[in-house]
Amino acid sequence: MPKTLAEKVYEAHVVRSTPGEPDLLYIDLHLVHEVTSPQAFDGLRAAGRTVRRPDLTMATEDHNVPTLDILSPIADPISRAQVDALRANAKEFGIRLAPMGDRDQGIVHVIGPQLGLTQPGLTIVCGDSHTSTHGAFGALAFGIGTSEVEHVLATQTLPQYKPKQMSVTVDGELAPGVSAKDIILAVIAQIGTNGAQGHVIEYRGSAIEALSMEARMTICNMSIEAGAKAGLIAPDQKTFDFLQGRPHAPQGADWDAAVEHWSTLRTDEGAVFDAEVVLDASTLTPFVTWGTNPGQGLPLSERVPDPADIADESERRAAEQALAYMGLTPGTPLAEIEVDTVFLGSCTNGRIEDLRVAADLLRGKTIDPNTRMLVVPGSVGVKAQAEAEGLDRIFLDAGAEWRGAGCSMCLGMNPDQLKPGERSASTSNRNFQGRQGKGGRTHLVSPSVAAATALTGKLTAPADLIGA
Amino acid sequence: MDAFTTHTGTAAPLRRSAVDTDQIIPAEYLKRITRTGFEDGLFIAWRTNEPDFVLNQPQYADASILVAGPDFGTGSSREHANWALLDGGFRVVISSRFADIFRNNSTKSGLLTVVLPQADVEALWAAVEADPALQVTVDLQAKTVSYAGTTVPFEVDDYVRWRLLEGLDDVGLTERHLDDIQGFEDRRPAWLPKALPALPS
Ligand code: SF4
Repeated sequence: MPKTLAEKVYEAHVVRSTPGEPDLLYIDLHLVHEVTSPQAFDGLRAAGRTVRRPDLTMATEDHNVPTLDILSPIADPISRAQVDALRANAKEFGIRLAPMGDRDQGIVHVIGPQLGLTQPGLTIVCGDSHTSTHGAFGALAFGIGTSEVEHVLATQTLPQYKPKQMSVTVDGELAPGVSAKDIILAVIAQIGTNGAQGHVIEYRGSAIEALSMEARMTICNMSIEAGAKAGLIAPDQKTFDFLQGRPHAPQGADWDAAVEHWSTLRTDEGAVFDAEVVLDASTLTPFVTWGTNPGQGLPLSERVPDPADIADESERRAAEQALAYMGLTPGTPLAEIEVDTVFLGSCTNGRIEDLRVAADLLRGKTIDPNTRMLVVPGSVGVKAQAEAEGLDRIFLDAGAEWRGAGCSMCLGMNPDQLKPGERSASTSNRNFQGRQGKGGRTHLVSPSVAAATALTGKLTAPADLIGA
Repeated sequence: MDAFTTHTGTAAPLRRSAVDTDQIIPAEYLKRITRTGFEDGLFIAWRTNEPDFVLNQPQYADASILVAGPDFGTGSSREHANWALLDGGFRVVISSRFADIFRNNSTKSGLLTVVLPQADVEALWAAVEADPALQVTVDLQAKTVSYAGTTVPFEVDDYVRWRLLEGLDDVGLTERHLDDIQGFEDRRPAWLPKALPALPS
C-alpha cells in the first residue's frame, strides 16, 4: 500500500505493536531544555532510574537566559535555580549540555539542525511544542510534556498512536518580500488553530521545494499553531547540502549510506491523506496577526475585522475578546497600527537567513526614533556568523539592539518583556495574551515586515518602503 | 499518578474558546522546578484583570470541574498547565475539543479530560449558571457525565481509561518491554547521530 512520508518514518520506529494498546515508538533524538525537564529528572531519581541513552540526548539553556551580560550569573534567582538544576541533572545523568557561554548554546530548535543532529527520517522529541521545527529535514518531530520527557529519558521510547495525515500543498511562486512566514500564517488563518488537530502535516508543492532549509524550518515550526502534532517536508538535495559537513552529520561511507536511505524518504504516489489543503503562493502578500491567537491573521493590506461580521458565535466572541485585549478598533487599516517594539528572533525566525533579510532592509537606514528593535540571534553560532558577515554593525548603526542568543522576548521568561499596553511586531510564533510580557500586545510578522516596521514605527510591508 | 474512577463536584462555566496554556499558567510561573504549588498562577491574568471572570465569582470558587469552550489547552506543551489545574482543585475539564499535547499530558498527570459535543457543553453551561451548586458526576467507569437527571455518555480510549482507573504509570508499563527495546536498538544503523561525544563545530 502506498504510504506517506510520515507513515514511513513512524512505522520504521515501532518497537512493539499490540492491538488495544498504543504502539511503542523508538526515539532517535531527545532534546532537553531547562524549563520542562527538572520534574522529569526528579521523577527518575525518585524511582531510582537512569537515562537509558545519554548519547541520544542533548540539553541546552535557552528560555531563561538573559540576552545581555550573558557571562554573569543570572540575576533572577528563580531562573538561575532552574538553569542550575539542568546543569546538575546533566552532570548527574551524563548528558551533554550546551550552557550559556558555550559555542553550541542557543534555542533548542536552532542548535539541533546547526549541529547536524537533526537528520531526515529520525524521530525527534523535546519537551517543547515547537519541536515540529525539525520536520523541515523530513524527521518526525513533536513536542511532549514533562511526564513524557521522563518516559523518554528512562526508556528512549514513547507510547503513541499513529497520527492522521494531512497534506498542505503550496504551488506557485512567492512575490518579492513575501516569505515562508507569510505562507504559514496564511495556512493557519485558513484552517484555524485546530485545523490540523490529530494530524501530521506534510508540506509539499513547488513553492515549498523552492524554499531554503531555513524557510522550511519556519513553516514546520508553526505547525503546532494549526494544532498539528508535527509538520514535515520530504528531504531533497537542499537538505543533504545543508547537513553535509556539520559536526554530527555522517561522514565518508556513512554519508553515502545515509543519503541513499534519505533519498527513499518521500510520500509514495497514490498515498492517501486524511485531509488536504491547497494554497497558491503567487496570491500571497505579507501577513500579520491582529488578534490573540495565530489564526487571527490577515494580509497587511487589510483592515482590523469587525466581529459583527463573524457568523460563528464562539469565533465572534473570541474576536471581540481579542480586539478588546489588543486595543484595536474594527475597520482600522492594519498598516496604520503603531508599534513600540520590534522583536527579530525566536525559533521561528532567529536563524542567519532571517537576520540577513532584515539587515538588507536596514542597511544604511535608521529605525523610527520611537521604536525599539531587539535583534536576538537564535544561537551563539548564528550570532557568530552574523558578526562575521557584519550584520551586527548594520543593526547597531540602524539603532537596533544586538543581543545574545536565546528565546528572549518570544515568551519573556528572561528580562526581555513588553510592558503592559505596549505593542510589538514580532517574528516569533505566538500572539497569546501576555506572551511577551503581562498586558503586552503582539502582532506576528515575517522578518522583512519586522524590519520595514522598525523603519516606519507602524506595521509596514517591505514593498511599501520603496520610495519612502 | 492517582487513580481516577468517579468524581462528583460543582462545575465552573468558562465561556471561552481556544484557551491557550499561556492563559492557564503564564511563563513566569514555569521557572519553578517543583511539580506542585502552581495554583497561584492558574488563570492569573484573568483572575487579576477581570473582576467578573468565572473563577472570581464566589459561587464557583469551589468548583472541581471546569467546563470550557472548544480548543482548550492550545499552544505550549507545558504540563504545568495540567498541574496548575490540579493544584487549583480541578479534577476534570470538559470541552468539545482539546489540543493534543494538553490532552496527552492529562492522561499522565491524572487530570481527566472529557470531550462532549458542543451542544452538551452549552447545556451544561446553562445548567451550572442557573444553579452553581449543581452536583455534576463524571464517571470514568461508566463513561458518563450526569447532573440533575441528565446523563451524557462520552468516549475515551480504552487503554487510557484502564490506565487512569488503575492509576498506572507509563514508564513502569514500558519497562515490561525492555527486551523489545534492546532488540530494536541492536538493529539501528551505526551511522545514526549521537550527541556524545561533542564534536568540534
Ligand atoms: S523561541 Fe519561543 S517558541 Fe521557540 S523554543 Fe523559545 S520560547 Fe519556545
